[in-house]
Amino acid sequence: MTLRWAIPALALCVVLPWLPGLPLFWVTLANLIGISAIVVTGLVVLTGIGGMTSFAQASFLGFGAYTTAILSTRYGLNPWLGLPAAMAAAGLAAAAIGAITLRLKAHYLALGTIAWSVSLFFLFGNLDILGRNDGISAIPPLTIAGFRLVDVRLSATLIGVSVVGVIAATHNLLDSRWGRAIRALRGGAMAAASCGVDIARARMLAFVYAALLAGLAGWLFAHLQRAVNPTPFGLYAGIQYLLMAVVGGAAYLPGALLGSALVVIVNDRLQDWLPKLLGTSGNFEIIAFGLLLVLVLQVAPEGLWPHITRRRRHTHPRPIAAMALPKRVAAQANRAFEVANLRRNFGGLVAVADLSFTLAPGELLALIGPNGAGKSTSFNLLTGVTRPSAGTVHLMGRDVTGLSAPAMAEGGVARSFQHVKLVAGMSVIENVALGAHLRGHASPLRSILRLDRAEEARQFAEAATQLAHVGLGDLADRPATSLALGQQRIVEIARALAADPAVLLLDEPAAGLRHAEKQVLAALLRRLAASGMAILLVEHDMDFVMNLADRLVVMDFGTVIAEGPPEQIRQNPAVIEAYLGGVA
Amino acid sequence: MDQSIFLILLQDGVVNGAIYALLALCLVMVFAVTRVILIPQGELVSFAALTYATLDTGHVPASLYLLGGLGGAAFLRAAWAKRGTALLWLAVETLVLPAGIAGVTVWLAPQKPGVAVEVLLALAITAPLAPYLYRLAFQPLANASVLVLLVASVGAHLALGGLGLLIFGPEGSRGPGFSTAMLSLGDQVVPGQSLWILGLTLTAMAGLYLFFEFTLLGTALRAVAVNRLGARLVGIRTEQAGLIAFTLAGILGALSGVLVAPLTTIYYDSGFLIGLKGFVAAIVGGLASYPLAVLAALVVGLVESFSAFWASAFKEVIVFTVIIPVLLWRSWRHQDLEDEE
Repeated sequence: MTLRWAIPALALCVVLPWLPGLPLFWVTLANLIGISAIVVTGLVVLTGIGGMTSFAQASFLGFGAYTTAILSTRYGLNPWLGLPAAMAAAGLAAAAIGAITLRLKAHYLALGTIAWSVSLFFLFGNLDILGRNDGISAIPPLTIAGFRLVDVRLSATLIGVSVVGVIAATHNLLDSRWGRAIRALRGGAMAAASCGVDIARARMLAFVYAALLAGLAGWLFAHLQRAVNPTPFGLYAGIQYLLMAVVGGAAYLPGALLGSALVVIVNDRLQDWLPKLLGTSGNFEIIAFGLLLVLVLQVAPEGLWPHITRRRRHTHPRPIAAMALPKRVAAQANRAFEVANLRRNFGGLVAVADLSFTLAPGELLALIGPNGAGKSTSFNLLTGVTRPSAGTVHLMGRDVTGLSAPAMAEGGVARSFQHVKLVAGMSVIENVALGAHLRGHASPLRSILRLDRAEEARQFAEAATQLAHVGLGDLADRPATSLALGQQRIVEIARALAADPAVLLLDEPAAGLRHAEKQVLAALLRRLAASGMAILLVEHDMDFVMNLADRLVVMDFGTVIAEGPPEQIRQNPAVIEAYLGGVA
Repeated sequence: MDQSIFLILLQDGVVNGAIYALLALCLVMVFAVTRVILIPQGELVSFAALTYATLDTGHVPASLYLLGGLGGAAFLRAAWAKRGTALLWLAVETLVLPAGIAGVTVWLAPQKPGVAVEVLLALAITAPLAPYLYRLAFQPLANASVLVLLVASVGAHLALGGLGLLIFGPEGSRGPGFSTAMLSLGDQVVPGQSLWILGLTLTAMAGLYLFFEFTLLGTALRAVAVNRLGARLVGIRTEQAGLIAFTLAGILGALSGVLVAPLTTIYYDSGFLIGLKGFVAAIVGGLASYPLAVLAALVVGLVESFSAFWASAFKEVIVFTVIIPVLLWRSWRHQDLEDEE
């Protein structure tokens, strides 16, 4: 997707409202849709893509609206200056709330948003400075060169331009280094962390970004309605924004517009018809919305957008001939990994009792052992997923004991997973580019402004190079999860390679591969080792390991029982006993 | 604040806390068995309270329409999904039962049968709404993620809230007390209603305890809570377990409504805030621990009654902010990275 639609869309925003014969009522409705769509776009990033459900976006709208309302009525500030203030207020509130709640499990987080949204609603309604339940009125309208923007058609242009800007900015953000990190949050957080993504930061980014958009919408709302009170910022409004996202298609940017339009229009019609139908007035439309929400989740959990469009994958030629990414300046060490007396207890269970080994650059070391020997825990200890209870790990001569997964990645460790973790919804090459996350430096803001293109081109060139390296170059634009399992494993290796690692850790890379594929993989690993990379693999396939590894470390019951070259291990009585239960 | 005010606030807090505790228990139980975070619990509280208040005026409560409507809808939904099996039982549960309850209510209501019968009628009318709701909204989503179930739960809350407005109107009402007695303990006066609330809450908790510890059905529910797949493998039908959990939640939710009705004027949407306070308590207990949830519910009740005294305008703000230190604590404990879906 490119942004070629943006210019005609902007032109439409200017022209459409002035079409002769267009009822003003429609323009007003369109304005409501536009403001909602801005909030919902934030929710798409946060909830649909980032996997964090928020019922409280209306509260951030409130922060923005009240901020600009107070500044422009009490302090006579120019409404335009209220915009950065409104967004800053919403963003800061999100940062503060996020710092407290973002590490929670998904449903606690969502419940938390309900609780503090109710809390904030009562706060808005009881603070004197915010005019209590009456709110603040007589908010000045926006002016352009002394001309007051009070006509709804002028407002429509302003809102339209804002919507186009917001969608373009969001599209740019998602199509960037940090965007890939956000897209990986849902279901791929571990994989992203292994690529060096600071997960907490990516979550915070999505949360604050969504709040900034809500703040922008609040600013528009305050100066167009010219009055604010707590009602539009309550929990019910927040639920309605979530409804719009769910109905439209929470993981799709166009879904934000679609959902907003549907809900706003249906809302308006219901408010008109229902009281006549029922013979009494009240907000009965919530019955319909409640039913709609449940029904959509049951019948079309992805929302309506994917049902409207056949999803075509736009494959844009990526510039392969970009400048190569800078390589890691490796500290010259004759030991890539040096593990000493590593231990990990889970309560009373000792999963790894005493693990020691060294791994030299250019060496292919295999860690083997029967089920329950502690291989997986060892793997997690070496990649920063689990902290060791005791012992030390040195990486290229540097003490890295107890560092987190992203910190290990930064130090030069890259890994694959036993159960493949590719990010669904991203193409193969995007998944591989995620591996190069730490080799880029573009900030989210640069990405939104599209100033990151040169770096992006270099990241994608690197990703394409690594894909070609592992022999999957022609699958680059396929959705990652559409590949066969064996191919997905190889993509994980390409992703690991894109990080330019010093040490490559592979968790059962040959599982699920056919014979020919195994041979190709073995050749690849030999090539990598020959180029100086240190490779550690955990593997069950004895044929594969014995023919490939330079050296083996055999574990049983959490300790090393043997170590040496394959032919020696094959004869080792302790190993034979561990695997075959001894000679009866 | 002198001692007598302190004692009054204390008493208030404990009584309200008892009701929150009852709700918190249901929320923990329903979440454990079905993974549904039961937001519409609050509507059940409102409906039971308003039904009880209406019955006391000698009128037939309009909630009978809701009972019949939800029952009929649940029948159609389940019959459509099942296509013909065990339809008879389904019809008894979703069609005959509401009809019977309606018949009895229409017959008894004008006779003003007294508080005890009215309480039972209100329970009979309101409690079945919960299992119908399960059949309609949650059973079809049984394999969805906790998050999707939560959003559906919020949807059910919206729909039921709107229906409540339609049925009961915007006016609030207050039910009669179970007892008008006033006991004096020193210079402290304890209304009989408070004792009823504490007594019934404790009885309900004891009942739940006995059910879960000593009956096969209770054990089966606990099994489902611990391991859904494992429970299925040993022949426990998880949808049946869900239905039972919802029924229990319906009964206890309705009981809370009837208990709270004499304390304050209840509107169609009052239950939501009451239910949310049960939530705060349930979350403190990690949606998993019954004793912690009960303890937290008492704390919520006390925080509410004392903040009502010191900063009444900010009562709700304070109560819902109690959750923040808890969330903070939980988030510090929850440092491990894991993939959720």
